[in-house]
Amino acid sequence: MNNAGSEQLDLDGLMARYPAVMAGGRRRAARLAFACFALVASVVAGFASLDISWSRFITGFAELARIIGLMVPPDCGNTARLLLWLKALGETLSIALLGTLAAAVLAFPVSLLAARNITPAWPVRFTIRRGLDTIRGVNTLIWALIWINVIGLGPFAGVLAIMTTDFGTFGKLFSEAFEAADPKQGEGVIAAGGGELHRVRFGLIPQILPVLLSQILYLIESNTRSATIIGIVGAGGIGQHLTEAIRTLEWQQVAFLVLMILVTVAVIDFVSSRVRFAIIGKPPSRGHAT
Amino acid sequence: MSHGLLTLPETQLEPLRRAYAHARQKRRTQILLAMALLLGAIILSGITAEVRVDTLFAHIDRLSGYIARIFYLENHQLVWTDPAEWFWGLKKWLRLIGETLIIAYLGTIIGALGAFVLCFLAAANLATSQVVRWFAVRFLEFCRTVPELVFALLFVASFGLGPLPGILALAVHTLGALGKQYSEVVENADMKPFEGVTATGATWPESVRFAILPQVLSNFASYGLLRFEINVRESAIIGFVGAGGIGQDLLVAVRRFYYSDVSAIVLLIIAMVAIIDLATERVRRHLIGREQSS
Repeated sequence: MNNAGSEQLDLDGLMARYPAVMAGGRRRAARLAFACFALVASVVAGFASLDISWSRFITGFAELARIIGLMVPPDCGNTARLLLWLKALGETLSIALLGTLAAAVLAFPVSLLAARNITPAWPVRFTIRRGLDTIRGVNTLIWALIWINVIGLGPFAGVLAIMTTDFGTFGKLFSEAFEAADPKQGEGVIAAGGGELHRVRFGLIPQILPVLLSQILYLIESNTRSATIIGIVGAGGIGQHLTEAIRTLEWQQVAFLVLMILVTVAVIDFVSSRVRFAIIGKPPSRGHAT
Repeated sequence: MSHGLLTLPETQLEPLRRAYAHARQKRRTQILLAMALLLGAIILSGITAEVRVDTLFAHIDRLSGYIARIFYLENHQLVWTDPAEWFWGLKKWLRLIGETLIIAYLGTIIGALGAFVLCFLAAANLATSQVVRWFAVRFLEFCRTVPELVFALLFVASFGLGPLPGILALAVHTLGALGKQYSEVVENADMKPFEGVTATGATWPESVRFAILPQVLSNFASYGLLRFEINVRESAIIGFVGAGGIGQDLLVAVRRFYYSDVSAIVLLIIAMVAIIDLATERVRRHLIGREQSS
């Protein structure tokens, strides 16, 4: 090999010759060190402000390890319970599907009113956007509590809760999709003698329909996850049984339920990415994980 | 009309027309089939989810009634006539909102640190061993598929009530979600610098540090901020299962019909979410601006 001695890095020499580049590096390093320090300090301060002690940390992890030990092997108990859980799982899937579809149907007309290239009147747009933000700002579980007050306990409250939150989400997503559409096709429709409605119907909607469909599919996917926990407040689905199993410390059943959820979500993910592939014609580029 | 247009002779046109009609027919059948499947699924889920549209319409006034009711105080006055009475627990609620924010912050930071470490192992273009990569990817999947509240319930059982299980639940979920996004960012990074640095004799960690990290850091920060926004929303309800924050008080207010408290707490949550969204939006724009200017 070549002799390393003569090729020793002349750091001081480099420093003298390129002061601008090298000094910048030092300044950046100082800034980075400060940022790391601030990060660590803020985390420590955060834990301190919540009165969390190290001893609780350690005993907690020991307890967690014990619980995880109790989880194996996952077990559902008896067949009757398994059937009950499968029915609850079906409920969860139904809640996700119906809630998302209803939200999409309701949000579509509203999104037209919130898109800049369709509704030029900014006060209308502003009001609708803030309204959608407010609906979205209230979590699904809070909506579930409200809907339970309206129509009672059960999966239907879950459907309505998901519908409400996603009405806000879809309204925003759809209107953004409209705004991102290429205006040229709409201009073409106008140039061919079409009116405003024709422009939207033939110039905009065909362009963004695949986007909307893939957003709907994506939210069905993510709502399957939300619908598994909505039962915690009594709005149907597998969450009810999961909460019960955890409250009664039946850890083997908990593990079984979690496995059921994992498998279901994986299957739904697979199916929906296949359907999305069929609709858009190219592999899904990036799913925003929730 | 056709005088200016060049048309194929009928004999050649005919098979083309037939092929077109055939293709259209096929597509139409496909769409009809998909529609029928969807309709079947909707009816089936309607039955499973016990959808009762008539009950909904019969009781829809209860929704408006409920929303109106939460804006009245105990003495049947509108809430804004007596703000002091409406926000009687402001001091306690603000403390809980603060706790909620700290839970979201700590959960995001801890999760992001974990994701930062794991994403390089899970990225296809950097993976040194397929076995390690498989385990990293599966682990991240597990962390983000199990809902936060399930982790929260589990951690409440082992750590006891309070903010600690909330922080850990958010951290685990954040680890899974950010780990996936981070590894995708890494996979989209330009590999030429990596090859260059490796060619100078750098080890794997050094190459990652000097070739990949500078490319991905601003994206990491931006995704981290987005996740913080999501976590703020989540930490507001994680108290439903006793894992700290404002959620516990909200649940109690709803369950015990403290109507005006419900509106007060929900408004505080909405304000908190809106402020955090605005703040992170500004920071993110700053980050993106710096990335484009450099």
